[in-house]
Amino acid sequence: MELLNVYQNNYLIVFVFLCLGILLPVVALFAAKLLRPPYKAIESKYTTYESGMEPFHDARVQFNVRYYVFALMFVIFDVETVFLYPWAVAYEKLGIFALIEMLIFVVMLLIGLIYAWKKKVLKWI
Amino acid sequence: MVQDLLHSSPGLANFGIFFLLATVLLLVILGFVTYGILAERKVLGFMQGRYGPNHLGGRWGLLQTVSDVLKLLLKEDIIPKAADRPLFIIAPVIAFAPSFMVMATIPLTDNLQFADLGIGLLYYVAISGMSVVGFLLGGWASNNKFSLLGGMRAASQMISYEIPLVMSVLGIILLTGSLNLNEIVAAQEGVWFILLQPVAFVVFFIAAVAELNRVPFDLAEAENELVAGFHTEYSGFRWAMFMLAEYVYMFAMASLITVVFLGGWLPLPFLGFIPGAVWFALKFSLVVYILIWFRATFPRIRADKLIEFAWKVLLPVALANIFLTALIKELLELF
Repeated sequence: MELLNVYQNNYLIVFVFLCLGILLPVVALFAAKLLRPPYKAIESKYTTYESGMEPFHDARVQFNVRYYVFALMFVIFDVETVFLYPWAVAYEKLGIFALIEMLIFVVMLLIGLIYAWKKKVLKWI
Repeated sequence: MVQDLLHSSPGLANFGIFFLLATVLLLVILGFVTYGILAERKVLGFMQGRYGPNHLGGRWGLLQTVSDVLKLLLKEDIIPKAADRPLFIIAPVIAFAPSFMVMATIPLTDNLQFADLGIGLLYYVAISGMSVVGFLLGGWASNNKFSLLGGMRAASQMISYEIPLVMSVLGIILLTGSLNLNEIVAAQEGVWFILLQPVAFVVFFIAAVAELNRVPFDLAEAENELVAGFHTEYSGFRWAMFMLAEYVYMFAMASLITVVFLGGWLPLPFLGFIPGAVWFALKFSLVVYILIWFRATFPRIRADKLIEFAWKVLLPVALANIFLTALIKELLELF
């Protein structure tokens, strides 16, 4: 029961930090609203900035597919770390056998990385 | 007193007390940000052979940043007509909130810590990865070409460097067998991990600078190509929130490097009479100084080199480090 309380209190602290992290911008923006003098901005201030030219088109165009490929690679290796973390924590108890298992797992992913490398996916153009 | 509080059953009273204590920490961090920015400008000035701020608040420019903040509070709050209003408003909050949340678990001295989480290190990595959503949203919502490019760059850079960042600390987890930051510090009683895991330290430090979007890797807001990157359209305090997030991350990352690699509050041999808080502050300041030093010395890296460096150099090195550590550990147990 004691331990459960400590556990819950620790995550209550995390929740408090989340609340404060959201509250600070809200309070600061509200304070800014109260403090600043009344103003009437000219119309051109409400356009987006384009180095002085009249802005044209919508900025939300199709983006480069490379970003997508990197996102995919990120997911693969992030999942790998999800497996590596518990392995590293429990390594003392698991010993050499787990090391070899993990080596096989990582080598398989490395082959994927080398494949991507050779396919020039990692090259940013 | 805090120990009793931690053992009591959680409730509204606990929430209130934690809230007050966390507010104190928030004020301390805001103080750090204020004077961290001043220190950065002063050190940059010193390294470039000029004075830096020296008018407001006496010879040292002590009130420069304070007046900057006041100025920002009084600025016009402009949201472009073409922008996606709700996302534009919410993006700075999403960028800032995680930067403060990660501070919950970092132990500043042996008895000054907020949440002693069993998964401290994982918590840090997981939460700090969420800020990128704020950057990307801010860039997308602005409906500005520069912003969009900056947001995209921020996202691709931060996810690419997160992998080596996460992988490099695995060597340390192997040595301690725990993710708890207190236990990681306790494991450094004899030797600091910077000496046991130098490769991990180098990889972690480079990846940390990239995660912080600081100078050799500040492509997301490269001012001479992208105006200001993802926060081009932001003004006043909304913009300040992005800046604040950046500097709070600097605080958090410098603390994390101190805790994980430099032994946290542990003293050097024979100097144990100096209190732990002083040691922590010294190591922390050193890390912050090195981060500023980087800014003064390194030119910005090219966009294509940046991503390739993460995947082709840092990731294999970090992976090799993990298995080398595990192997050496295994060999040491044999003999």
